[in-house]
Amino acid sequence: MKLDPKIPTGPIEKKWDKHRFDMKLVNPANKRRYEVIVVGTGLAGASAAATMGELGYRVKVFTFHDSPRRAHSIAAQGGINAAKNYQGDGDSIFRLFYDTVKGGDFRSREANVYRLAELSVNIIDQAVAQGVPFAREYGGLLANRSFGGAQVSRTFYARGQTGQQLLLGCYQALERQVAAGTVQMYARHEMLDVVVVDGVARGIITRDLVNGRVESHAAHAVVLATGGYSNVFFLSTNAKGCNVTATWRAAKKGAGFANPCFTQIHPTCIPPAGEYQSKLTLMSESLRNDGRIWVPSMAGDTRPASEIGEDERDYYLERIYPSFGNLSPRDISSRRAKEMVDSGHGVGPLSNGVYLDFKHAIERLGRDVISDRYGNLFEMYEKITGEDPYQVPMRIYPAPHYTMGGLWVDYNLQTTVPGLFAIGEANFSDHGANRLGASALMQGLADGYFVIPLTIGNYLAAVPRQSVDTTHAAFGDAERDVTARNARLLEARGKKTVDAFHIELGRLMWDRCGMERDAEGLRGALDAIPELRERFWSEVCVPGVGETLNQSLEKAGRVADFLEFAEVMCYDALARDESCGAHYRSEHTTPDGEAKRDDEHFAFVSVWEFQGVGESPTLHREPLLFENVQLSTRSYK
Amino acid sequence: MNLTLHVWRQDGPDRAGRFETYHAKDISEHASFLELLDLVNEDLTRSGGEPIAFEHDCREGICGSCGMMINGVPHGPRSMVATCQLHMRSFRDGDDIWIEPWRATAFPVIRDLVVDRSALDRLIQAGGFISVRTGSAPDANAIPIPKDDADQAMDGAQCIGCGACVAACPNASAMLFMSAKVGHLGLLPQGQPERYTRVLDMVARHDAEGFGTCTNHGACQEACPKGISVDFIARLNRDVLAGSWKAATVEAS
Ligand SMILES: Cc1cc2nc3c(=O)[nH]c(=O)nc-3n(C[C@H](O)[C@H](O)[C@H](O)COP(=O)(O)OP(=O)(O)OC[C@H]3O[C@@H](n4cnc5c(N)ncnc54)[C@H](O)[C@@H]3O)c2cc1C
Ligand code: FES
Repeated sequence: MKLDPKIPTGPIEKKWDKHRFDMKLVNPANKRRYEVIVVGTGLAGASAAATMGELGYRVKVFTFHDSPRRAHSIAAQGGINAAKNYQGDGDSIFRLFYDTVKGGDFRSREANVYRLAELSVNIIDQAVAQGVPFAREYGGLLANRSFGGAQVSRTFYARGQTGQQLLLGCYQALERQVAAGTVQMYARHEMLDVVVVDGVARGIITRDLVNGRVESHAAHAVVLATGGYSNVFFLSTNAKGCNVTATWRAAKKGAGFANPCFTQIHPTCIPPAGEYQSKLTLMSESLRNDGRIWVPSMAGDTRPASEIGEDERDYYLERIYPSFGNLSPRDISSRRAKEMVDSGHGVGPLSNGVYLDFKHAIERLGRDVISDRYGNLFEMYEKITGEDPYQVPMRIYPAPHYTMGGLWVDYNLQTTVPGLFAIGEANFSDHGANRLGASALMQGLADGYFVIPLTIGNYLAAVPRQSVDTTHAAFGDAERDVTARNARLLEARGKKTVDAFHIELGRLMWDRCGMERDAEGLRGALDAIPELRERFWSEVCVPGVGETLNQSLEKAGRVADFLEFAEVMCYDALARDESCGAHYRSEHTTPDGEAKRDDEHFAFVSVWEFQGVGESPTLHREPLLFENVQLSTRSYK
Repeated sequence: MNLTLHVWRQDGPDRAGRFETYHAKDISEHASFLELLDLVNEDLTRSGGEPIAFEHDCREGICGSCGMMINGVPHGPRSMVATCQLHMRSFRDGDDIWIEPWRATAFPVIRDLVVDRSALDRLIQAGGFISVRTGSAPDANAIPIPKDDADQAMDGAQCIGCGACVAACPNASAMLFMSAKVGHLGLLPQGQPERYTRVLDMVARHDAEGFGTCTNHGACQEACPKGISVDFIARLNRDVLAGSWKAATVEAS
């Protein structure tokens, strides 16, 4: 596997400009001779499909949802970053770039991150022109807030529904193209394989989720915008349908998978309430701007919060990190919370949370201000837990939230398979070992609106214009594989449900490859996963048939892929014998218990090449050079 | 708590449906309504039955996937929530619960509680957008927008497209859904150029899709998990009038 990141030459501020000029263009009259497949209609996929349709390509777009508007992006609450410097507080493209590289703990590619920061400003213009109702000040200009510990206010938001509003903007642009006939929409279609002909991506295999039909679709290029894989942990903040199937099946067809072990844990989620818990709900991180985090100083203290005096409380983040306090970065806040719960200081009926308390903020600012800032979040919390956060402190606990890892892509967002591209959370490109709050929406939209529509032209300009079809034997073979795999799932007729296996895998991954990892635990997981996978295939029960809507079959296919993919995550976590960002190896800590990076040996992207199910994958490395941001150790004390 | 569920089961679009009864035992009051269905489905699977098909994804009231009639009410007894945000503490031990899919001509049943809501997407295709090419936008702060207008636009924009308004309406009209979008875009300066063509095109499509006429019942507002107000419908009606008048004068001149 050859890894050529194709980073343009020249100074960092000029690279994208120069590249735009250097890229080949497709003549407008020829664009409609090219067919492009986009899988996924989240921010990345919908913006890409709409823009490529506008440009004149013939686009086919697929989603397993009933409508493109349901993609998981819809759930993002907090906001989107952009280096607009509308607040005049010293923000700039360079600062956003710098913060992102540093926040990623020096495991991302500088050139991509710089381009992201540059494009961030265009995203806001685009969204506003589409009618995205961002929050405004009384003077009518756009409002901003500081988010996730950033030192400047660069986050744009639409109440607590930023992802929804941005996605609806893309969705409407997409539907406009559907009406114009440039984009063909395939809702309720799940992609189950990539078809590669002579080393080049030529199409995909899908299953129509309503009638079960397995179909081939050919194109000149395929773009995967299929989101992240946090649901490998079963419980996460992601929507229930999020999965690794598309990217994993691409990996099995030769696309390198980068940094699979870089998974982000979000510190402020509502802790599980019982065994039946089906997913976890994120409470926006913005709550940490005013809420104070504490646990009872005495372990095993089960008194209600109101009976625990100030002197009996441990505001541990404020104590350990006096300068950042409750706004300490996500990974640090998460690990400290876990330590508190593990050492018996947990609160709530299952002793599995820490308090996030607004009492002082309400006293200081008044109930109205707090309700103005967080009213909808408080309501959401009350709906879920039945407790009123104006009266009793919220309970929070970390949960898997975002995956920085994904398909390896070069500067053009092309994977190691020519003609196969990956955008949004599905690729690995911009967040290194840890993502800053409000940067995922930015990346999805930068990739979709502004990068892929141009870089794909550069690719297409060099491929023959002849129309493509599905007659090649590779399509038939891939269809047969998909059909056979589904049949095997349906025929197992075991005794255990798909969810039961998923829960088991999730627990294993959370314990061994979650917030904290060590070599011994990872080796244990590498023994346990194949065994679990074997049991899955012989003992799983998938009721019903393949020719109708069958949600058990859909889930089973996704869990089967997680059971293969989980192994690569553990291989990656084991091979990365350092701590960095969200990847915390307990063998590598500073004397204060923080992540200890090893730049000498690990300043690279790990890219895994699939060698067969149950075989250990091969590791390739893309070295990372830091020419614009000096390698430094972060300190939040 | 122990509950008796009467659930609509239907094998396919052209098949007859029926209610089937299931007993759910020892359900925690903190479980969500969808977690109740998960538990019933786990039991059904283990005992050789077929699980109940229902749609869901985010499970936090934003994606608009979930939605069912619960005791005859869209999204169940609690106001301002989607089905996924409903918790069992809103029910009593021993309750009988009737669960059905949305019922509307424009939303054919696909299986059990899953219906086809693609008509709502086609309404958006008819005009629920602002025509702006990627990359052609002016600076975002070039046009200041009064905060009140932006806030009001957001009130409409927050629609999750679940279809509860259609299910609640005795005429199965999608007026609240459509008016929320027309209001959202029509309240913003960016939405002005297409304001009247948008509304006329969307209304024409609305009728063609088989949605019913609005007779000002107001059941939609009650059912809306986001509390979108019927004031948006009044706004839409004004725009339809103004738009038709404009169209007529253009034709006449
Ligand atoms: C609760 C929550 C809150 C968040 N808040 C923020 C925030 O405030 N700011 C921020 O920047 N980020 C936030 N994030 C992260 C951000 O929302 C996501 O990273 C981002 O939206 C991902 O967008 P995407 O387009 O890459 O993928 P997604 O939105 O996940 O879309 C994936 C698409 O792919 C489709 N798909 C997947 N697999 C297949 C397949 N096999 N076949 C067919 N279709 C398929 C799906 O149907 C879907 O359309 C949040 C995340 C969560 C979970
Ligand atoms: S599952 Fe998303 S709104 Fe209910």
